[in-house]
Parts: sequence; C-alpha cells; structure tokens
Amino acid sequence: MSSWLDYTINGLIVGNVYALVAVGLALIFGVSRLINFAQGSIYLVGAYIGWVAVVQLHTPLPLTIIVVAVAAALVGLIIERFGLRPLQNSVRIAPLLATIGISFVLDQLVMLTFSPNPRALPSQLPDVRFQVGGGTIGPLDLLIAGVGLTSALLLFVFLRYSKLGWAVRATAQDRDAAMQMGVDVNRVNQAVFGIAAALGGVSGMLVGMYYNQIDTAMSLQATLKGVVAEVVGGAGNVPGAVIGSLLLGLVESYGVAVFGTSYRNLFAFLLLVVVLVLRPNGLFASARQAPPEPLTGTFIAPSRPVRIPRWALLAAAAIFAVLPFFPVSFYVLQTLINAWLLGMLALSLTLVAGTIGQVSLGHAALLAIGAYTSALLSLTLSVPVGLSIIGGGLMCAALGTALISPSFRLRGHYVSIATLAIGEIVSLVILNWESVTRGPIGISGIPPLSLFGYDLISPTSIYWFSFTVMVVLALLQGRLLTSHLGRSFRAIRDDDIAARAYGLSLNRYKSLAFIFGGFAAGVSGGIAAHLYSYINHETFNTQQSILALTVVILGGLGNVVGAMLGAVALVGLPEVFRIAAEYRILIYGIVLLLLVRFRPQGLLGTL
Amino acid sequence: MTNSSPEPLLILSNVNTFYGQAQVHFDLSITVARGHIVCLLGGNASGKSTTMKIILGLVKPRSGDVTFDGASLIGLTTPQIVRRGIASVPEARRLFADMSVRENILMGAFVRNDRDAVAQDLDKMLTLFPKLGQRLSQRAGSLSGGEQQMVAMARALMSRPRMIVMDEPTMGLSPLYVDRVLELIRTINQEGVSVFMVEQNASLALEIAHEAYVLQTGKIVLSGPARALKDDPRIRDAYLGGSEAA
Repeated sequence: MSSWLDYTINGLIVGNVYALVAVGLALIFGVSRLINFAQGSIYLVGAYIGWVAVVQLHTPLPLTIIVVAVAAALVGLIIERFGLRPLQNSVRIAPLLATIGISFVLDQLVMLTFSPNPRALPSQLPDVRFQVGGGTIGPLDLLIAGVGLTSALLLFVFLRYSKLGWAVRATAQDRDAAMQMGVDVNRVNQAVFGIAAALGGVSGMLVGMYYNQIDTAMSLQATLKGVVAEVVGGAGNVPGAVIGSLLLGLVESYGVAVFGTSYRNLFAFLLLVVVLVLRPNGLFASARQAPPEPLTGTFIAPSRPVRIPRWALLAAAAIFAVLPFFPVSFYVLQTLINAWLLGMLALSLTLVAGTIGQVSLGHAALLAIGAYTSALLSLTLSVPVGLSIIGGGLMCAALGTALISPSFRLRGHYVSIATLAIGEIVSLVILNWESVTRGPIGISGIPPLSLFGYDLISPTSIYWFSFTVMVVLALLQGRLLTSHLGRSFRAIRDDDIAARAYGLSLNRYKSLAFIFGGFAAGVSGGIAAHLYSYINHETFNTQQSILALTVVILGGLGNVVGAMLGAVALVGLPEVFRIAAEYRILIYGIVLLLLVRFRPQGLLGTL
Repeated sequence: MTNSSPEPLLILSNVNTFYGQAQVHFDLSITVARGHIVCLLGGNASGKSTTMKIILGLVKPRSGDVTFDGASLIGLTTPQIVRRGIASVPEARRLFADMSVRENILMGAFVRNDRDAVAQDLDKMLTLFPKLGQRLSQRAGSLSGGEQQMVAMARALMSRPRMIVMDEPTMGLSPLYVDRVLELIRTINQEGVSVFMVEQNASLALEIAHEAYVLQTGKIVLSGPARALKDDPRIRDAYLGGSEAA
C-alpha cells in the first residue's frame, strides 16, 4: 500500500492542476458573474497544442509552456470577443448558454482534427522519483507545483500592483462604479479571459503529461472539477479558488485511497453539493454577503409566444399519427422514435427550466433513473413492461425530486451547477452500486417493449406507442400550464421573493414541477431502456442533458409545442440531411450559439 | 478660478429618455455653469438618478444632446466621459468594499498616468479629509456611512475633474456628517470644480447651490437661482409631489 504521504502529495499535485483551472473561473466569475463552461475546452485545447509542440515540433519544455499559454490565451480572447461580448446586454442566461455552446464547438473541433483516440503526451522530464519521508516525488510533480506557485504569485502581483489588476478587482466588486472611475470593462474582460485561458491551457498540458495521455473526454471533466473547486472556495474568490482546489485534490486522493478509483469523482460532486447547500457562497465567504444571484426573472428572456391555431396542431398531430401508413422508410420511423423520446425529455426540461425557471443541466440523470428502474423491474421482478415503464416514471418522479431537492434553495447559475453535479452523482452511484445496478457491466437482455402482453417489435408499433405517450404527456402539461398551478410556477420563476411574499411555498412548487417533469423524463428513459435492450452508466450522459436544453431553448423555454418541435428539428434535420454523427455535436453547439445570439426566445417564444 | 461671467460647462438639451416603453425624461434641459454648484431636486421616481446616468453615459437618451465644454458626450462610453473630466460620487457611495481605503482613493486616479502628482494629490486628500488618514489600510466596506462618503468624495477628486456629479451625497448620513459633506462640497467648488448634485433634501441643497432645478415625473417644473427658489412656496409642493405635507 502506498503511504498516506503519497496520497497527500498526489492530492496536492492534482489540486494544483485544478487550481489553474479554478482560478481562471474565479477571475471570470468575479468580473462578469459568469460561469465559463468553456474553460475545460480551453484546457483540452491546451493539452493538444502541447502535444503538437512536444511530439511534432519537439520544442523544449519551457518553450512548450510558453507556446501553450500564448495559444490558449488567444483562444480565450477570441471567445470573449466574438462569443460573449455581443451578449453583454442580453438576459443573464445567454452568456452561460453561449459558453456551453462554445465548449461543444471547441471539443468537437479538437476531436475532428485529432480523432477521438487517446494520445500520449510525454513530459520530456527524467523519470526518477525522490524519497521524501515515507513517500516519493518526481520531477513532474515538482514542475506542476512550481507552475502552480509561480502562477499564483504572478497573479497576486498582477492584481495587487498593476493598474490593470486594480481595474480587475474594482470591476469584480462594482462594475458600474469601476466604469465611473474610467475603467474600460471590455479591456478588463479581455485581460481576464486571456489570463484564465492561459492558465487553463497550461493546466491541460500538465495533466496530459502527468497521466501521459490526452483525449477529448478531458474537457467536461476539467470544467466540472474547476467549477467544484471554484464554488467550494466561493465563486469569484481567487485565493478561495486555490484553497478549494487543494482541498478538492486532497478529498479525492484520500477518497480514492479508502474506497477505490471509481469513487474519485463521487467525492468531488458530493463535496460540491454539500458546500452549495450549507454555504452557497463558498467556505470562505463572510456570512453577511448578499446572495450573488439576482432574481430568477432576469435569467429568462421574456417574449410573446407565437400563437399556433388549434387546427394546425391537430393537423400536425394527425399527419404524424398516420405517417406509418405511408411508404416511409424504416429509417425515418426510427429517427422520429428518437425524436419522440427526446421530446418527452424536453417536455420535462421545459417545465422545469422554462416554466419554473430552474435551468437543470443534469436532466439525463432522470432518464437513467427511469431506465434502470424499468429495466430492473421487468428483469428481476418480471413486472410487465408497460407497468415497469410507469414504475420508472414514478420512481423518477420520487427519487429524482428527492435528489434534486437540495438545489431548491439555490438560484440562477447555482441551480445549474447543482443539477449538473447531482446528475454526475447519479451516474457515479450507478457505476459503483454493483449489487443493484450491475456496475460498469451494465444491464443487458432488457425485454422489448410490450403492452398488455403483446410485444411491440415492429417499428410502426413502437412509433405509435412513443408518439402517443408523448402527446398524452404534452396534453397533460398544457393543461397544467393553464391551471392555477402553472401560474404559481411562473410567478416563482419571475420573482421568487414576491411569490414567497404572496404565501407560495417555493419548495412545494419546485417539488411539484420536478415530480411532474421527473415522471415524463422517467417514462422516456424507461421506454429507451426497452428499446435499446442494453444500458450502462454512460448511456445517459451530460451531453444528452445539454442536447435536451438546446432543444428546449430552440423551441422556447416553457413552451410545450416548442419542446416537441425542437426535438423533431434537432434529431430529425441532421438525419434528413444525412450529416455524419461526428459533426452533429458541432452543429448542436453552433445552433445553441446562434439561438442565444439572435433568437434567445426560441422558435415559438417563451411562455 | 471661479468665473465671474459664468459660461456653460455642461448642457443637457431636450433630452428624452425611455426605459422600455416608459418615458423617464420629457425634453429635459439643464445647464451647469462653469464654477457653479447646480442641484437637481425632486422626489422619488422623478428621474433624478437617471439624469446622472445620462451625464455619465450609463444610460443613453433616445433624443436630445448632452455637451460638456462644447463637445457632445452622446455616443461616448462612460470611461471616455470620465476622461473628459467628469467624476462621480454615485448613489449610496458604491465604494469597492473589499479594497482598502487607500486603494479606493487611488482608483479615482485610474485615468491619470502622472504617478508623482497622484501621490501628492493623495496627501492633499488627507488634509481635506483628515479622518481618513488613520483608515487608509482598512477595508472600505468596514467604514461608517459618513466615512464612506468622505472616501467617495476623495475618490472623485483624485481624477482632478472639472466637474463632479453627485447622487444624493447626504443620504443616510447623521446630521453631523450632513453639515460636513455640504461644507466640503463648497470647499471643492471654491477650488474651481463645478458640481452637479441630485438631492431630495431641498433646504440643505439650496443652502450651497447657485442654481437649482426641480424635476417632477421627468419634467422640469421650476428652475432659477438657488437664493430665489429657497423662499418659493412652490418648491415644497413640487419636490414633495403635493401640498398635503405642508
């Protein structure tokens, strides 16, 4: 067994790497109150630039670091200038969504350029280990610690002694007041994005060297870890981000020592949820500090929804209902089945994110809960499939709501982070709870869809089944929106303080929204499980959560018809145009970016 | 430096401002003469603070012009306007709470590049605001309201402005500090800085102002030399929004 000192050293080294990402996030959050979800993509870009420099250009190590820092900073500047600056006066959700879109685009560009296969990134340092007490330390550890300390020192000097550094701090504390002192906040934004990107890029390169491997999956992981560290330290708090990172590194390292490698991320996200619930302003924030998010009302773009006449809706439903009678290909039906499943998920998300204003980034977890419940019910307890799907929906409504409930006391961005973390936790619990979920092996041999004893195997019957379920859910949701309950949901979204002042219990209404939404998502997951016949902990991933969010925004937040239209558009159009799979994510990212920039209210408008 | 024949420094002419559909200013015209203290009186929601924001470029008017020293400010960004020589003491001070008092004051000199002169000016501020001397390394957020007002004024002066705009400089201060602040405004003005201030406390503001304007729901309803307005019964009606208070 390695010594505790080894685990401590490892924790601190990994913590140093996280710190490079988290400090950038903290700087950006401080200046523009934005959680930059593209930070991990810059880290990824940094790793691949490092690979090009080391493996193809054979640059010496110091030069490699400089090349990576400069190139990554350039990427950061481009993101700021073209991705975010045009959104300065938009609703607050816009820049957040833009960074998600940018991250999709960057990750996908890297994948298309370098292929998804992992690559080795040699560190060029001698492979020796020195004995320190009961543990060992190598030159790469020292390099990472050195880069971490040097960056922290440089950053400190910059913030404390340079004019631009003063401007950064002043802007972070009071943007308007800083402008009235003559600070050009655009330049401050630029500086901060440049610095954050340089640090993030170098971090990615160092991690690549540390594990001697880089691949495109690094991006999301880095963003998540950086966000965890930053929030633990207190969003926008630069020294807090460093301490939060070291703490995260240690917690993970000790957790791995005690429980095993597959628990690493579980500890990270549990730490995040605990901090968010108990100390939402971070471990080091003074208790008196005002909540850092404004009312949720400013988070959603208000607009007038497009009115669609009832006959048009009926006609559209009729056309889709009779479609299988026409000679359409198997392939088209399959595509539309996927669209209906995504449509159910989007109905769920549009209720939660649009109607009551809780922008969830972990919705795929609800699919997973529904899918696993239905699969296990039918496999181990021999429950008929139709019933098991309903069981999946109910379980998802109950368990999903219970799991997400810690986020009910949060607002705005923080809800998104918490739901993202909770989504990751669900996937990690599925991975580790082998006695129930069969762990990494997954569940195979799930019985096919059936209804009242009749197997639904032909694409036509599956098509009708899923279409009917979606339409029924949509009708129920439409009814819900026009009821008193729907108005209460919107009241909470638009102004939670006023809603509370009128006696609405926020927790109760948020629970109701998640129960209803959870049922729809669980049913979608349940159907998917029987359709795929094999699921594992990665079947329902964050990418799907983001895809669902893109669908919902495309349709218009809160808009029931929009959710279904968005699902058909995003799943159907790429199929119709036969766009290769590897370009699809790229297209989703671009669609999200264009929407946020030019039509934040979506195709049919927010409700 | 006070001019005997006051020529205009800042002119707002026929400014119309909207927040969405709601009109805030209706053909607002205000002139601040060089070397004068001009105050804008009015009750809540009369559009006073928006007038400040118009001057500083934080809000753009839909029509009308704002000129400073003969040149239009329309289309300039806030930092550019500050560089033209307008400093501000924002409503509720808006100090950089987590920075030290010293750093706050020096932030006021952000647009300047003459380090030595800035250091001299910092010393000058400490003679003008002696209390701040012992507080220099303290967090600005930890000061009392009156002390924060002193910091905000020192910060504004550090840019060596030709004009200072102040939003309710006496708001929330103890009577002792109110007098102190008014006296300081007069001192600052005597050193040649023009002052445009927005106030609710009409009787106090008229004590030190040269001219005054009364704003009511976005329209100027009364204006003239402060001395004349001080005794005008309409003042009370106008800025309190009704005569029932009398």
